[in-house]
Amino acid sequence: MFDWLIDPLQFSFIVRALIAAVLVGIVGSVLGTYIVLRGMAFLGDALAHTILPGVVIAFLFGWPLAVGALIAGVLTALGIGALTERGGIREDTAIGVIFAGSFALGVALLSRSGSYTVDLAHFLFGNLLAVSAADLWLIASLGGLVLLSIALFYKEFLVISFDLTLATTLRLSTRFFRYLLLLLIAVTIVVSLQVVGIALMLAVLVTPAATASLLTHRLPPMMALSAALGALSGIIGLYLSFYLNIASGPAVVLVATLFFTLAYLFAPRRGLVWRRR
Amino acid sequence: MEKLRSTLNPRGVPHQAAAPTLEMAAVSVAYAAGGEGVTTARADSYALEGVSCTIQRGEFVAVVGPNGAGKSTFLKLLVGTVRPSEGEVRIFGLQPAGHICIGYVPQRNQIDWAFPVTVEDVVMMGRVGQIGLLRWPRQRDWERVRSSLARAQAGHLAHVQIGELSGGQQQRVFIARALAQEAELLLLDEPLTGLDIRSQEGILDILEGLRREGVTVVVATHDLNLAAERFDRVMLLNRHIIAFGPPEEVLTTSNLLQAYGARIGDAAGPADGEMAEADKTDEP
Repeated sequence: MFDWLIDPLQFSFIVRALIAAVLVGIVGSVLGTYIVLRGMAFLGDALAHTILPGVVIAFLFGWPLAVGALIAGVLTALGIGALTERGGIREDTAIGVIFAGSFALGVALLSRSGSYTVDLAHFLFGNLLAVSAADLWLIASLGGLVLLSIALFYKEFLVISFDLTLATTLRLSTRFFRYLLLLLIAVTIVVSLQVVGIALMLAVLVTPAATASLLTHRLPPMMALSAALGALSGIIGLYLSFYLNIASGPAVVLVATLFFTLAYLFAPRRGLVWRRR
Repeated sequence: MEKLRSTLNPRGVPHQAAAPTLEMAAVSVAYAAGGEGVTTARADSYALEGVSCTIQRGEFVAVVGPNGAGKSTFLKLLVGTVRPSEGEVRIFGLQPAGHICIGYVPQRNQIDWAFPVTVEDVVMMGRVGQIGLLRWPRQRDWERVRSSLARAQAGHLAHVQIGELSGGQQQRVFIARALAQEAELLLLDEPLTGLDIRSQEGILDILEGLRREGVTVVVATHDLNLAAERFDRVMLLNRHIIAFGPPEEVLTTSNLLQAYGARIGDAAGPADGEMAEADKTDEP
């Protein structure tokens, strides 16, 4: 009776994809709660796009893509951190300039290679079905590192997200925690690259957390629910992709978006339907 | 490990016992020093100019003045988010940056009330300095949170989401947070704005209770009547200190004219909503 559930699992590449989707769903969604609460969605999107040159360079030289992505991600996280600290021009303007500039550099570099459009599509929308065992180890270890950091600095991140002046009176190093958060976002983007790709990255970073924010009133349950939604979106999306023969990354994103829409309409007290009554 | 802990999350500096709670010597703050909101085309370039004052332990002080007088800047100097361009600020004999004993109750419009935290969570945030890095709240932290809430008459609100609080309850919760922080200097920015008289009285009663326990309380307010009735000393501010002393000596017609100019009628009682809006322009 549950053959349709079991059937896809006889392919090891599907099993690997499933594990990757669940891991990325959990890591991205937990970190995503801070992105949603702090209104950093644009920054997350920009950071995702700025890693393209790093990925392309790694690809052209035959290095592991994650290495290029990680270097580019860390560099841009530090760069954006420094730019937004200095002032002079508006923060979103500065980010916008870096965002478009490095994305263009990435595309330009890639356009020199032969299989330009196919490769670009993989970077942009992910290639979940090509996840290797080595990729899985990378996702698990880096993702674990992100979750560990969030757990270790939970109360500091909470204070800094909720009330910066309190952070000052407690003499927390706001600078350190701001950079740490940027780095964690960068690492999460690297981890999520193969699952959803650059263009759909926000669906991992923002959508499940936004759904959870409609359904809970406290941060720990919000993180737990967000993680559950992220993982579930990964699983359901992958099955949809298998049976309907649609691209895996977009399938995962569409499921996450469906969850959000349902919550937006029917969430107790905050949903559209509820408020109409 | 301890070194990392103290760098990222210092536990506060010891106080000089003989020093007053707060001392300012010839402090000026240029508009650019705040780093933000340099948008207004003012002729004068200082948010505060030549401010010198001393406030002793256990005093209950109101800071009054028109919009843009520098009341918020004055508080931010004490918090340490604004640095003086000239002069010196000393709290318990040392610079503000070393202390974790300064409690700050922000204006209500500065807080995201939709943030997913309960009252208890907010008050526990005040403990983060004492708990220390890489540690979780212990029994005594929870006890401190409960007793702080009780002292601010907000014990029954512990598990309420902050978005569901009334204006007076919001203020009491943030006062409780400062108590959990073990604040010895409590700063409040317009805590009474927009509250009904009963809530205002309730908050002032709580603050007076704290003062009796030796907490120094400094309140920025628009309300000259409350300042005259309930505070030990009043600081009349309009970029510099016009007068600072007992209310009856400070709130004289000539002083008020000097502070407010012809706008004295406005200052006494515009609608509360207007005040809350106007407060945003009060920054350097």
